[in-house]
Formats: sequence, C-alpha cells, structure tokens
Amino acid sequence: MSKATLQRRPLVKKILGGADDDLLVIAGLGSSNWDITEAGDRPLNMPLWGAMGAPVSMGLGLALAQPAKRVLVITGDADLMMSLGSLATVATQQPENLAIVVLDNEKFGETGNQASHTSPRNNGPTDSGAGADLAMIAKGCGIADVGTVRDASEVPELVKAARTTKGPVFRLVKVIVEKLEFVMPPQDGAHLKDRFRQALLGRP
Amino acid sequence: MNAETSADWRDEIFEVLQTHDIKQVYHVPDAGHSRLIEHCQRSNSIRVVPLTTEEEGIALAAGAWLGGQRSALLMQSSGVGNTINMMGLTKTLRFPFLTLITMRGEWGEFNSWQFPMGQGTPKVLEAMGVLVYSVDKASEVKATVDAAARAAFNGGQSVAVLLRQKLIGIKDFGKKTSK
Repeated sequence: MSKATLQRRPLVKKILGGADDDLLVIAGLGSSNWDITEAGDRPLNMPLWGAMGAPVSMGLGLALAQPAKRVLVITGDADLMMSLGSLATVATQQPENLAIVVLDNEKFGETGNQASHTSPRNNGPTDSGAGADLAMIAKGCGIADVGTVRDASEVPELVKAARTTKGPVFRLVKVIVEKLEFVMPPQDGAHLKDRFRQALLGRP
Repeated sequence: MNAETSADWRDEIFEVLQTHDIKQVYHVPDAGHSRLIEHCQRSNSIRVVPLTTEEEGIALAAGAWLGGQRSALLMQSSGVGNTINMMGLTKTLRFPFLTLITMRGEWGEFNSWQFPMGQGTPKVLEAMGVLVYSVDKASEVKATVDAAARAAFNGGQSVAVLLRQKLIGIKDFGKKTSK
C-alpha cells in the first residue's frame, strides 16, 4: 500500500473553499477541529472540543433537520472508530445532503501519536494496529458512495464529493502525520451552538 | 376509570410528542416502547431513527437542535449507561433534551442481568445533571411527559422520564424450561 502524501490543513482549506451559508460543517474533537478553524472560523462551523464519537450522529440529526443545506462532517479515524454503528444509522436514513470526510493519519494524534486501529498490522512494537479500513466499513454499513483518497490528483473529486455530490457520501483520506500549530475556535459550547443557530435560523 | 374506554398511556405519549412539535424520534427498541415507536413510524410528521447504541441519540438530538428541530430519545434503562459521557453534551451545549426511559430491573423483574443498570439509572442521570421525572400510574403518564417536554423545550433543560416497571407491567416469557 502506498504511503500517505496529503497534508490535512491545505486539504481542508480546499474542501471548505468559498463556503457560503448553505454549508454546515461539524468537526470532530482535536485535529479536525483545529483544521477547520485554520481554514477560517465561521458561525456555521460546529467544532467539537469533546464528545468523541459524536460528529457523524450530530451531522445526521442536522442533515435531517435541514434537508436544503449541505452538511459536511470532517473528523479523524479514531473518532469514527468509536462510533462505527453511526455509519449504519446514517445508511438507514440515506440523507442526500450529508457528506462525511475522514482524515486518517492512522494515529491517536492528540495524545502522543499512538497507533490507531487503522495502522497496519505487524508494523513494529509501537506502530501496529489492525489495518482497519474505514471506507470498507462504511460500505459494509450501507453507504454506497464510498472512496479512499491518497493522492493530490484525487483532491478535486474529493472536494466535489464533500460539497455537492448526492449523499450520503463517505470519503476516507489518508493524511501524513504532522506536528501542527493549534488553531482554536471559541471553546464555550453554548456559544458555539447559539451562534450556529443565529446564523442558520435567525434565533439562538 | 374503565381500562377499556380510557386512552392507552402509550397513545397519550404520542399525542404529547406531537403537541410539542417533536420532529425526530430516536430509539434502541424496547418492548415497553414498541407501540409508541409504531405510532411514530406511521406518522408523517416524525422522522424515526433506529440507533445502534443509545449514545448516538444524544449527538443526533444536538444536531437536530442545531438545525432547529426538536427530538426525543426512547430507550430502556439498560441503555442509559451507554450514554453517560455523551450526556455531558446536553450541559456543554446547553440544548433542550428529552428522553423517555422504560425501566427494567425493578418491580417484579425476572432477569437478574437487568438489575445493576436498572437500579443505577436514576443515580447516573442525576450525576450527569439530567432532571429525572418518574411515573408509575397510567393516569399520570400524559401530564408527566407533558411537564418534562415543557421543562426541556421551554425551560431549556435536559429531562428524563422514567416509565416505571410497575406501569409497564412485569415482563413474563411464560412457562420456560430451565436447563
């Protein structure tokens, strides 16, 4: 299997490029949160600081409530691994406006880069996982439009899948392990929720 | 009151959910909720989402609220333990949350495996800052669920209604052969 080449920050910036009021974004805790914030903090971003395992379900609830808006969930491999069943729940509802992009660095990145379950097997004493394939899992859960992105040439299709392709869409993106600056949005959850609702609904 | 002519409490819960404009209902199925789930599934105004684990329901409820919709989570007491960390989301985001919980492991329970979480359920909910309402009389179900929905959606609280085993009835699998 080829090594990952993509860097998460420029990639997320491309995915979110030209985001307007029709794009609602939920990011998982840790790196994905800092990634979308570096691309530009906005009221219609819901960056999570905790609640590991929540983003896909939260995205589904939002997508069902707002069928005319595009809902994009951006999260990491370990976050999704905690809530694999949520993929099957998404598939029961088949939301046409929901896209899920998983940035897979094969690590628990926030806690010292321990190998996650998506790391290869037999990869040395500190870097071995299960070789778990989240795209295959998503497919097996009943999400038909699934893909894995490893190379810069595939990024334009990824952006399209995230932003406009009829959902539910799932893309696994293999990204390199990097030490990056923390770029933090507001932390107060009630504030994040209120500003999101104010921007979307005109009331907190 | 004549049981034949009075409204069934499960039908009354459905009415209350409609009155309060609940648009999404999540559940891990339970026998005690089955009639209510079927009502919701037949309704044109409620989206029913089956879950793989109860904690999904908390995150779904948060997403629905972000999008301007009210929701309710139906689960059994054994599922409450699965939600503990995620239940913190209701406090962190401060969004209205309503859950209706059918109790096991108390009144006349036959299955010893149901007792630990059944007995722990009220304490766990209270520990996570969820208001706990409890009802064991059919005649009080409608008013209790209505009050809980008001506290949640008007008062901005996280509220659980415990539908006690005394209300639901003792689960009985009939004659069984033990081996």
